[in-house]
Amino acid sequence: MMKKLISILKNFILNIPNTLIKPFTKIGFLASLFAIISGILVGFLIMLVVNTPYAGGGLMTIFFGGFNKGLTSIGDVLIYAAPLLLAGLSVGFAFKTGLFNIGVSGQMAFGAFLAIFVGVKWTFLGDFHWIVAVLAAIIGGALWGLIPGLLKALFNVHEVVSTIMMNWIGVYGAFVAYKAAGLVGSTTQNAQKVARSGALPAWGLDSIFNSNTINNGIILAIIAAILIHIILNKTTFGFELKAVGLNKDSAKYAGINSKRNIILSMVIAGALSGLAAATLYLNVTGETYKIETYPIEQGFEGIAVALLAYSGPLPIIASSIFFAWLKVGGDQLSGWGYDPNIIGVIISAIVYFSALGFIFKKVVKKIFKKHFGGEII
Amino acid sequence: MKKIIYSINHFFQKLSRILTQNKILYIEGHTIKMFNRNISPRLFKILFTLFITLLIYFFLFIFGTASLFFVLRRSIYIIVPLILVAFGGLYSERSGIVNIALEGMMVFGAFIGIMFMVKFQDSSLNNQIVYLIGILLAGIAGMLFSLIHAFASINMKANQIISGTALNLLAPAFALFVIKLMYGGEDILFRDDYFVRDMGFLTKIPVLGPILFEKGYYSTFYTIVIIIIAGIFLYKTRIGLRLRACGEHPHAADAAGIKVSKMRYLGVMISGLLAGIGGLLLVVPLDVAYRATASGYGFLALAVLISGQWKPTRIVVVAIFFGFMLNLSGAYLSIGFLRDAGLPDKVYSMIPFILTLIVLAFTSKTSQAPRAAGEPYDPGKR
Repeated sequence: MMKKLISILKNFILNIPNTLIKPFTKIGFLASLFAIISGILVGFLIMLVVNTPYAGGGLMTIFFGGFNKGLTSIGDVLIYAAPLLLAGLSVGFAFKTGLFNIGVSGQMAFGAFLAIFVGVKWTFLGDFHWIVAVLAAIIGGALWGLIPGLLKALFNVHEVVSTIMMNWIGVYGAFVAYKAAGLVGSTTQNAQKVARSGALPAWGLDSIFNSNTINNGIILAIIAAILIHIILNKTTFGFELKAVGLNKDSAKYAGINSKRNIILSMVIAGALSGLAAATLYLNVTGETYKIETYPIEQGFEGIAVALLAYSGPLPIIASSIFFAWLKVGGDQLSGWGYDPNIIGVIISAIVYFSALGFIFKKVVKKIFKKHFGGEII
Repeated sequence: MKKIIYSINHFFQKLSRILTQNKILYIEGHTIKMFNRNISPRLFKILFTLFITLLIYFFLFIFGTASLFFVLRRSIYIIVPLILVAFGGLYSERSGIVNIALEGMMVFGAFIGIMFMVKFQDSSLNNQIVYLIGILLAGIAGMLFSLIHAFASINMKANQIISGTALNLLAPAFALFVIKLMYGGEDILFRDDYFVRDMGFLTKIPVLGPILFEKGYYSTFYTIVIIIIAGIFLYKTRIGLRLRACGEHPHAADAAGIKVSKMRYLGVMISGLLAGIGGLLLVVPLDVAYRATASGYGFLALAVLISGQWKPTRIVVVAIFFGFMLNLSGAYLSIGFLRDAGLPDKVYSMIPFILTLIVLAFTSKTSQAPRAAGEPYDPGKR
């Protein structure tokens, strides 16, 4: 087992240059690029209609707002990106195994509750405090994902419905749970901040990016993405998961326990969401958990992240950073008189155009064949 | 009198048929069976008495401290749009297009409807006419918005879940963007001038009249008409049959000379129409400002559709149950024993979702989703 794992890791490390370049030559990347360009074009057109003279400036802000304070801005992008990456990974992983996980918000909510509980109360843990808090978040998310998984495997309950229900149970449960556990913060709408030892450490990123809000969340997220990539593409377990996703019945015929795999993939997706909650809320100076009557929005943005990347774990790293970059740029748009909500429009347009990727691929393949006489994969 | 007895008898016949057909509770030979398991007659008697007593107690407690009508009336505000939107989902999925964009269509429909109503609320036009036009505009807006989804999923053969997600993201972002531009704030404040205390002859209908048409909105009446028409259209007309055929077996439908893409366009557009109207009907009684969200009701309607097994009568039953339970969080203070229980109010908000999960666990074993829903129609595929 250990030997196999080491050889997989070795192969993977040797292949990193290859895996990094390969996606860019694939047609999937072209389709994503097409979606991004069309989406931004839609946003630009709207800005042109609304306020013509400033549209150019607005577009430049969207593009370069992520750099305008140098490394600090890049740090901001990475702070935004970490939870998006993990939420997208959760959705994408479930997608690869044939499940649509809209329940990232609920899984994040329960993960966040356990993480904040540990982060506030268990200060006796010392140096291990943040690790235990992260583990608590992962366990919370996994438990919240386990329920829809069980319902799907044993009772054939549609996971779209059950995860939506779990989202709302999480939303309203938070009101009860935070009050009961005594974790309500300075106002009734905020949870308490975790202790400093419970917050994620910066691992030197703070001095690189000259920012006091950044933490190791992005590193954890990228490690998770690579792990998921290895699980899905290099192990038998991942192969079985994907086989169940492609065709449940033929997987069963091939001797794969599809029920077990459905449950496991929901648990893993939930665990990833829980980790997303940890990167979002385990801090002293950044985002605070809000006890309100709406699901956590990062959970839904994760869907967009996964869709733009066609659910590939490594492309999700790029797409989450891209979306975070748009967000940071968009926050500065009000300087040009545009409402930052235009970023939401652009993101939805990008998702829409990535849905049209199928037809795009077909057209490109045809053109390529006609002019170059070859196949493009 | 004879008629009433006949209809009660009919109701019980139908109930026993439903219980038997779904294998919830039925008699086989000399044994009583429940969910495919034998239970002894004694246990059955105990369970039955317990159930009836609980039911009676439940209604007595409500009656004892507050008006049952008040509780029911408030839940109507939720139930009516929920049924409408779930019917929208029904049309789309029956034609073979999965529509998770119901939420977005609701947001967009309500947005256009509210904009119109706010513009004309101080004009000399009659309030009820403004409301009616607002409803129509909301429906048309929802329909136009749904064309984006239809184009992607029918012409472009796109993944319907992705395109639906895009619409769900687009509607609130676009609405907020325009609101900021035109009104400067985050929401549109409106005045509820459309509430009526009494709707004439409609209120005189026994039992149902006071619940549905007293202290309510004319929209309840319109919606009931629309729901009945929608149900009949889908199940009793030729076009309805063709539409359903496209959701079950598009190739066979195509071979029979039905234009699959046309039928699917029709399904998605009707779904946008109903969802748009539903979005507006939900905002007006429950809020004082439009905040560019449908508060997750589009997804709830989707849940109602799926737990209703894509069948109109079941959808109505599930929606009524769901709406009533959802309303408990707002109404529990007027129900004696619930108020005395001293539970936090959010517990009551959670109950409908937990109950739905439990109900789904018992009823989903044999899912009856339209067979071709979610698959783009490819004439060349066999």
